[in-house]
Amino acid sequence: MSDRTGSDRPLAFFRDRFGLDERNLASTLGTALERRVDAADLFFEHTTRDQVALEEGIVKQGDRHVEQGVGVRVQAGERQGYAHSDEITVESLRVAAATARAISARAGSAEPVAVRGTLAPCHDLYPVEHAPTDAPVERKVDLLGEMDAFARSLDPRVRQVMASVVSEHRHVLVVASDGTLAGDVRPLVRLNVQVIVADASGRRREIGYQGLGGRYELERLLEPERWRPLVAEAVRVATLNLEAEPCPAGTLDVVLGPGWPGILLHEAIGHGLEGDFNRKKTSAFSGRLGQRVAAQGVTVVDDGTLPERRGSLNVDDEGTPTRRNVLIENGVLVGYMQDRLNARLTGVPPTGNGRRESYAHLPLPRMTNTFMLAGRDEPTEILRSVKRGIYAVSFGGGQVDITSGKFVFTASEAYRIEDGRVGAPLKRATLIGNGPDVLLRVSRIGHDLRLDDGVGTCGKDGQLVPVGVGLPTLRIDGLTVGGTEG
Amino acid sequence: MSALTGEAAVRRALERVLTSGADSADALLVEDDSVEARMRGDEIDFVKQARERTLGMRAFVRGPRGLRSAITSTSDLAPEAIDALAGETVALARATAEDAAAGLPEDGFARDLPDLELLDSEDRRVSVEARLEDARRAEAAARASDPRIVNSEGSQVESAFSRVTYANSAGFLAGYEAASHALFCEPVAEQNGAMQRDWWLTAGRRLAGLEDPAAVGRRAAELAVRRLGARRVPTAEVPVIFEPRTARSLLGHLAACVNGGAVYRQSSFLGDRLGEIVASERLTVVDDGRRPGGLGSRPFDGEGQPTRRTQVLERGRLSSWLLDTYSARKLGLRSTGNALRGPGGAPTPGPSNLWIEPGDASAEQILAETERGLLVTELIGMGFDPVSGDYSRGAAGLWIEDGRIVHAVEEITIAGHLGEMLAAIDRVGNDLAWFGPIAAPTLRVARMTVAGE
Repeated sequence: MSDRTGSDRPLAFFRDRFGLDERNLASTLGTALERRVDAADLFFEHTTRDQVALEEGIVKQGDRHVEQGVGVRVQAGERQGYAHSDEITVESLRVAAATARAISARAGSAEPVAVRGTLAPCHDLYPVEHAPTDAPVERKVDLLGEMDAFARSLDPRVRQVMASVVSEHRHVLVVASDGTLAGDVRPLVRLNVQVIVADASGRRREIGYQGLGGRYELERLLEPERWRPLVAEAVRVATLNLEAEPCPAGTLDVVLGPGWPGILLHEAIGHGLEGDFNRKKTSAFSGRLGQRVAAQGVTVVDDGTLPERRGSLNVDDEGTPTRRNVLIENGVLVGYMQDRLNARLTGVPPTGNGRRESYAHLPLPRMTNTFMLAGRDEPTEILRSVKRGIYAVSFGGGQVDITSGKFVFTASEAYRIEDGRVGAPLKRATLIGNGPDVLLRVSRIGHDLRLDDGVGTCGKDGQLVPVGVGLPTLRIDGLTVGGTEG
Repeated sequence: MSALTGEAAVRRALERVLTSGADSADALLVEDDSVEARMRGDEIDFVKQARERTLGMRAFVRGPRGLRSAITSTSDLAPEAIDALAGETVALARATAEDAAAGLPEDGFARDLPDLELLDSEDRRVSVEARLEDARRAEAAARASDPRIVNSEGSQVESAFSRVTYANSAGFLAGYEAASHALFCEPVAEQNGAMQRDWWLTAGRRLAGLEDPAAVGRRAAELAVRRLGARRVPTAEVPVIFEPRTARSLLGHLAACVNGGAVYRQSSFLGDRLGEIVASERLTVVDDGRRPGGLGSRPFDGEGQPTRRTQVLERGRLSSWLLDTYSARKLGLRSTGNALRGPGGAPTPGPSNLWIEPGDASAEQILAETERGLLVTELIGMGFDPVSGDYSRGAAGLWIEDGRIVHAVEEITIAGHLGEMLAAIDRVGNDLAWFGPIAAPTLRVARMTVAGE
């Protein structure tokens, strides 16, 4: 496929492939609305996903997966009925619509639903000339081979290299009873490298991981100036961990490096600001709009409109255009993230955060790219200001208990700070804190905001979606650090 | 043309991959029908119904130094879509490297397909309304059982029926049907403005085998209320008790380290310890893919090999890896019938039903024998690394003084090394509990670092 991003491309895609036209879409929505319901929508999806992976120096296998289907949703008050099918035919649509509407017991009148013939205009954040899944597999195989050789050339302690290139091309189309007709074509690529190193005895082994990706052409990942630093970084982190000392345990001041440590925002406060938990009043942030939840100078935004970012979308999975939403402004909570259901039930506009893993899932309010705006402090000065603490540069994963507000995340690269100087590397440390007060403990904000490299995946209710995070260098006073050294 | 189902789809894929030029091949079809629903209070939150079918196919192309391979899958089961993908699968395989260990198992395919009690055909008649009623009862019981239960994330029910059909070019063709049912209740308790949630779950192959919904609701409410008033504790080295809900995560970490894939990739800290004592002699771990009614049971694995019983730890001694055909060849061993496989992926080794054999102490006894320590009721975060064995996770639980629970604890971490933790297990409970295919009884680790204030 080499077509340009004509705004009607998603519509034409589903029309040509499955014979769907405005008339049968309108009649399916009509069936869904035959009971007393508030809204109905259809979500069509066709996704192709490729993966080529290398281990032990060779590409052992190639993968290719095609997923297609449609989900029909009906909303009545707080209730949602959902039916999905991997068959996209007029008949399967009718059955799904009849199933979904069963949540409303009362009969209503079926108003004819007007479905426009053209898509609503929206952003064009990631136009690509070629679908990444159309790139020749031989190019990917060659790339992985070069990455393997390069990693082994960097350090003789490298024992294993695992590398993969993943590409995805997704078409979605949303048709809703309020007249929404929106579509999106979403490319997504990602390059991963994992390096296992062993010390001279072979007894101590450590791993280093790096990734890179976004919504752009696969070609870009093939450029040596992009993948070489990635491989070098994975080798550096793995060998560094061979020297790492046991991490202290207890309450310490923590300096977070810029970029990927923004996962702190995602876990500590982002999930707590999603509209569903706040409507249900099960979030530690429920009912706190207008209150101070962070130190002065802290501004946090969720922005789905950044060009080519992994967390960006032209429209969300309910057809709402994405936008830049300010969540915390100069320390004060000013907004939640909403999908259509929670927006309607709480009387606010949707914010373009209605997302789903696939047609087989109900939309939920989810983050896109979540980051803190830059402050004014010099990063080296921030490190110098700490008497005894930890400098955490990169993280593995994190998790939050939204109701109690407690969150954790695990450092994959961290150092001791003694009297303002960065010292020995530390073994994986888990940091734990309380979401509603962690940002009140922010005492310094660097001027060096960085976004992550495009590898984030967020899980909620068992649904995985790609996201982005970002952070400037940040000092937080008094976080619990979960090491083994008393 | 309309979509193919069952054996017809699998036969077509296999035949077309072979006629497209593959030397050997296999195909797997999974057909799922499911219903999922959630109540919050006395309101329906959502009802979701689905029919999903995914067909996976794998092609092997012979070269001088081994086989090249590719795997593809599709949810489009029209014959022409299957044919087109079969051609692409072979083309993709030709682009990969030859691998001497790749390929179907040579022999040993499952001959007997015993009835493992994976389905009660009566349950097919269950209605969405009946399952919603279960959720309603759990929700009502949770909210009625304590005035501090003020809210909930809801009570969720699921019933899924699946049919698996597998065929390969070595002549194996078989299938089986299975069901799974679950009820999950997650109430929220509140006191002095602080909220705590907790959960209880009942799951099984037969609806009749599930716990009573009201009992599930009451148990979940009790657990949520128990967490109220939680606070941090000073950093200390103390004994740590894992209840069955959290103990099974330790077994999950062990499973990742005895996985044949991690072993041949040298990415398990246990990789060179087969035959050695790696854990307390109180620990015996068994994997059995034929446990009647087990949530991980299946008559054959993802490569058509018969499932079986494998002793993983025998009184602390590491006695076997969990292997599929590929990892077994890499390690010079034979498959243990542990190939896990969905239609969208290659087989990988993994547990079927994996459990720690129960000991003889009751959970109450273990608690009473703990002078001062922590009972872990929830773990969060991804702080385990199978390569080094380092362990550090966020925890919540209950503080123990003089053998009694004195208050709830939160915002702490527990840390150590999995190898040292397994070696330091000094109590194993008699309360083995199944929440899924991996199960453990109460365990006590003699000493761990608890980080707090």
